[in-house]
Amino acid sequence: MKTRLRESRIPIYAMVFFSCLMFPLAAEAHLNSTGMGPIYDGQLHFLLSPEDIIPVLALALLFGLRGVAFGRRALFVLPGAWLLGGLIGLAASSSTGSGVVSAVWFLLLGGLLAADAKLSLRVATAIAVLLGVYHGYLNGAGLGLNFSSAAVLLGLIFSVFITVALAAAFVAQLRAPWARIAVRVVGSWIFASGLLLMGWVVRRG
Amino acid sequence: MKSASKNTLARWSGVLTVVLFCTETAFAHVQKGEAAGFVTGIKHPVTGFDHVLAMVAVGLWGAQLGAPAIWLLPVAFPMVMAFGGMLGLMGVPLPGVEYGIAASAILLGAAVMFELRPPLAIAAAIVAIFAIFHGHAHGTELPPGQSGLLYSIGFVMATGCLHGVGIGIGTIHRWGWGKKGLRLAGAGVALAGMFFMWRAFTA
Repeated sequence: MKTRLRESRIPIYAMVFFSCLMFPLAAEAHLNSTGMGPIYDGQLHFLLSPEDIIPVLALALLFGLRGVAFGRRALFVLPGAWLLGGLIGLAASSSTGSGVVSAVWFLLLGGLLAADAKLSLRVATAIAVLLGVYHGYLNGAGLGLNFSSAAVLLGLIFSVFITVALAAAFVAQLRAPWARIAVRVVGSWIFASGLLLMGWVVRRG
Repeated sequence: MKSASKNTLARWSGVLTVVLFCTETAFAHVQKGEAAGFVTGIKHPVTGFDHVLAMVAVGLWGAQLGAPAIWLLPVAFPMVMAFGGMLGLMGVPLPGVEYGIAASAILLGAAVMFELRPPLAIAAAIVAIFAIFHGHAHGTELPPGQSGLLYSIGFVMATGCLHGVGIGIGTIHRWGWGKKGLRLAGAGVALAGMFFMWRAFTA
């Protein structure tokens, strides 16, 4: 009896299913129809720009090494400062970043990370604010004021937030001495890359 | 038993088929200003046998010396190497680079072979002096039209990974046969260094 009932419902389910298939909605596969394009542009711009992502990564690792309180501070201060710098940059005329300053950021943050510098929370926060405002300004000035700039900036800041959250949280929970040393080795690599960047900037003139 | 192995084979074949169906675009051509410098930088230390031996020897020696040298030497090397690379990029000449690289393989190989245990500062200084020659060679050989930053990141990472390989191999030092094996490896590096020196003189 039960089997017969179940069998009798199959055509009904099939009809409902095929009726649904007859009314497909637009796929919204293209970002220009969803309006998300500029946000993804901003996210990817940050992730694909070594001049931006490496100092942020170094700062997040440094704050992570110093502990949870530092990590939490960086999590909100850096994206906030980036936003502030970005908004100032949007209003400013076009500006190009200095390669020397980028190299200095690599050297400073890589050196502090390699040395496992015992910074106070106040000094560390000041460094995060300076980094955020400087890079945010460059990003904003590069974008200029137009319809999608704010969305691009939003995407950028989202990527900064995610990068800091993941990197600082990962390092903050490390307890094994060798793991902390491995993080410092990454700092020495960033410092080394900064030195080489400086040489390249001088060579380009 | 046979049927179990047949099942496993069928399962793996299924997985392989699915993987083969999920192919992505090849991206065979390096985009302008993107991966060009990075890939070249990664390849530069790895494709030069003289660089490879010296970097691995640094890791082996660090593993023999133990803490803190095991991490101090691989931290010091890329930083001083980058200084040499900066000089190379800026066009500052450094005489006898090839001799310096060959000498690094001879001396680092000998240090591993004889298990030399100098004070930490002296070990770091030896490694640092040779790092300048390696870095200078990398810096002067940046191909034109490539991103210097990506190239630099690439070769610093490759160098660090080669140290890591050396340290990894060096962990066999805890066993008696491992100690002998490491000393033998050191002898091999020193011999190769002599060959590089001979080639530098005859070039």
